[in-house]
Amino acid sequence: MGQKHFHGGVHPPANKHWTESKQTEKAPLPEEVIIPLQQHIGAPAEPLVQKGDTVLTGQMIGKSAKYVSVPVHATVSGTIAAIENRPHPFGLDMLSVVIRSDGEDRWKKSPEKDPDFLKLSPDDIKTRIMQAGIAGMGGASFPTHVKLSPPATKVIDTIILNGAECEPYLTADHRLMLEKPKEIMHGLAVMMRILNVTNAFIGIEDNKPDAIRIFEKILRKNKKIKVVPLHVKYPQGGEKQLIKAVINRVVPAGGLPMDIGCIVHNVGTAFSVYEAVAFQKPLIERIVTVTGSAVREPKNLLVRIGTPFHHVIGFCGGLASERIKIIHGGPMMGISQTTDKVPVIKGTSGILALNGNHLSLKTESPCIGCARCVDICPMKLVPTQLGKLVKHNRIETLDKMGIMQCMECGCCGYICPAKIPLVQYIKLGKALWTERQRQQDIRA
Amino acid sequence: MDNRYIISPSPHLNDTDSTPRIMYAVIGSLIPAGAGAVYFFGWQALWVMISAVTAAVMTELLCQKMMKRPVTIKDGSAILTGLLLSYNLPAEVPLWIAVIGSVVAITIGKQVFGGLGYNPMNPALIGRAFLTVSWPVYMTVFKSVPRNGTLSGIDIITGATPLSVLKSTREILLFSNSHPPEQVTEATQALFQLYSSHSQLFFGRIGGCLGETSAFLLLLGAVFLMYKRIIGWKIPFAYIGTVALLTWALGGTDGLFTGDPLFHILSGGLILGAFYMATDMVTTPVTYKGRLLFGIGCGIITVVIRLWGGYPEGVSFSILLMNLTTPLIDRYTRPQVFGGK
Repeated sequence: MGQKHFHGGVHPPANKHWTESKQTEKAPLPEEVIIPLQQHIGAPAEPLVQKGDTVLTGQMIGKSAKYVSVPVHATVSGTIAAIENRPHPFGLDMLSVVIRSDGEDRWKKSPEKDPDFLKLSPDDIKTRIMQAGIAGMGGASFPTHVKLSPPATKVIDTIILNGAECEPYLTADHRLMLEKPKEIMHGLAVMMRILNVTNAFIGIEDNKPDAIRIFEKILRKNKKIKVVPLHVKYPQGGEKQLIKAVINRVVPAGGLPMDIGCIVHNVGTAFSVYEAVAFQKPLIERIVTVTGSAVREPKNLLVRIGTPFHHVIGFCGGLASERIKIIHGGPMMGISQTTDKVPVIKGTSGILALNGNHLSLKTESPCIGCARCVDICPMKLVPTQLGKLVKHNRIETLDKMGIMQCMECGCCGYICPAKIPLVQYIKLGKALWTERQRQQDIRA
Repeated sequence: MDNRYIISPSPHLNDTDSTPRIMYAVIGSLIPAGAGAVYFFGWQALWVMISAVTAAVMTELLCQKMMKRPVTIKDGSAILTGLLLSYNLPAEVPLWIAVIGSVVAITIGKQVFGGLGYNPMNPALIGRAFLTVSWPVYMTVFKSVPRNGTLSGIDIITGATPLSVLKSTREILLFSNSHPPEQVTEATQALFQLYSSHSQLFFGRIGGCLGETSAFLLLLGAVFLMYKRIIGWKIPFAYIGTVALLTWALGGTDGLFTGDPLFHILSGGLILGAFYMATDMVTTPVTYKGRLLFGIGCGIITVVIRLWGGYPEGVSFSILLMNLTTPLIDRYTRPQVFGGK
């Protein structure tokens, strides 16, 4: 099969015990949902509704004409209160459709199963996936129907489902695997049908032995799909690291998994694909892990997209103190938020509220050349040199040193004894390099 | 309501290690060897250590205040520099030598360049090199006989350390034609006794600098540091391995491959240098291959100086010279990006 791990990586404390045994609960519907028109990589959707319109749950309210994009849907029934810029978890305000809920949750289409969904043609399946607005739910949010349509020159022979969930604190994928394993497998079967693939794996870190056991049981007689237990190490869930561990192939630098015949999807995406194809249900809700030292009652919740963070946290007992950091995502790569009015979006796997010692506020001190960052970088970069170059504004050599290969996993920032914000310097360096290239292209 | 949330960049957690923890761990691992030095050489050893450390810390405090920079003496790096410098001094050295060594180490070796992290060469070794060149007699004539031991580990010739005995006997044996026969016989016997003194070299009943003599106590500390992953294995093992190989091949007086590598490993400042000075993170390469190259380079230069150079001991100068090549090594040993060609 291949080695069950990859080069580098770190072992942060998992902190999953707060929520890993908690059954997913349904979060109550909020009074108002905020649906950003861009929750995915690609072109933003354009509104199909106007202020004052009445909408039903699951109704498409935004769509783009461009190919690399996904539509957005109303996640509650009610009235369009506004279409305006609202805070977005990624930091900047973004054009969003605000819906005032009527409290009745009336659906556009009743959830009936299409018994022939596996007999649909690949193109029809992809249309359903696109119509349902599905984007990668592991966090990157790339339009799924596009990922499942590689160019004809790239022959795909393997699909890998990502059940690693390597970020500390997060248990959303874990709970989904325990609660809906068959649905995940149906979703995988749909993907295999689209790509005509007969070889698939589901990679699960071995701190989730119950999930591994469930899938091994379901797949006992299945010759095409195998469960691969993975050594627990962050960032095992990074797709390049996952591919290396599961099938021992290396994605070329600057390339994509399809360049080596492989496609990776999050288990949550597989589940949503099943719901989209079998029930024509759009992506309007997802499991979110709400946890952290400042949350009174950590939980795994099934939340409607567009629900503001404060509503979700409120259902978990609220916040336990002042001086809190709220994070969208996990602690290694998540984004700290200025306001709790931001909505849950398609890629929100977790909401963390941290306080006290967990705030991790650090003062930068000089680099002592310990090279821990070099030893643990999963992409084999030299973060200390990248950071120093950016700090001294030496942008010219950054690309040669591989800065654009950095996946911003956070291992270097985590391990640095001098508390240097390496990821921040690298992000800045990438932006400066891209801008420099753009300027040069303009002048040329 | 909204302004109460704290913002900071990811990652939002960090490993427990910090710069001060690393410094104090190294200081702690040097304590067995320091205690050994006091046992072997008496209280004068302790005074040398205290003078060097105090001078180092005071110098850093003064420098940072004068340069209007934040005072960082609490991070332990000045204490470590002072301590390491003292381990490179003979036990009977006048205390003002220790003080001057520390002052030079901290100012010229470190603060002038911007403080911790910016110095190109090992500060303690800068101090030692300055002292060796300025006051060679104080630095190279050893008078303290260790408790229950001898100065050179052998009875015949007294008043010198093993490496200086080695140098003089090698000179006689390699050019035996130009020496009277009794001298050659004496030298042969001396060499034989040197090579049989391994256990004394290991435990420390041998003359030399404070921190050089007890390989056993130094190794205790080094094993602790490697276990805690504070220092790596690559540089010490590459360094010592190279010294062993080259001294075995070229260090003998009867032809090729007749040398005594164990003697060379255990004598002089090699153990101290390989595990505590050549592993100084600021002045050594950050890449995997770079570290191996650095260790090998130190090994080559040390052996060249010991066998054919003017000084009996080559560790300090080899490390200083290799420190200067660190930026070059780092530039040419960058690892290939994962997935790169």
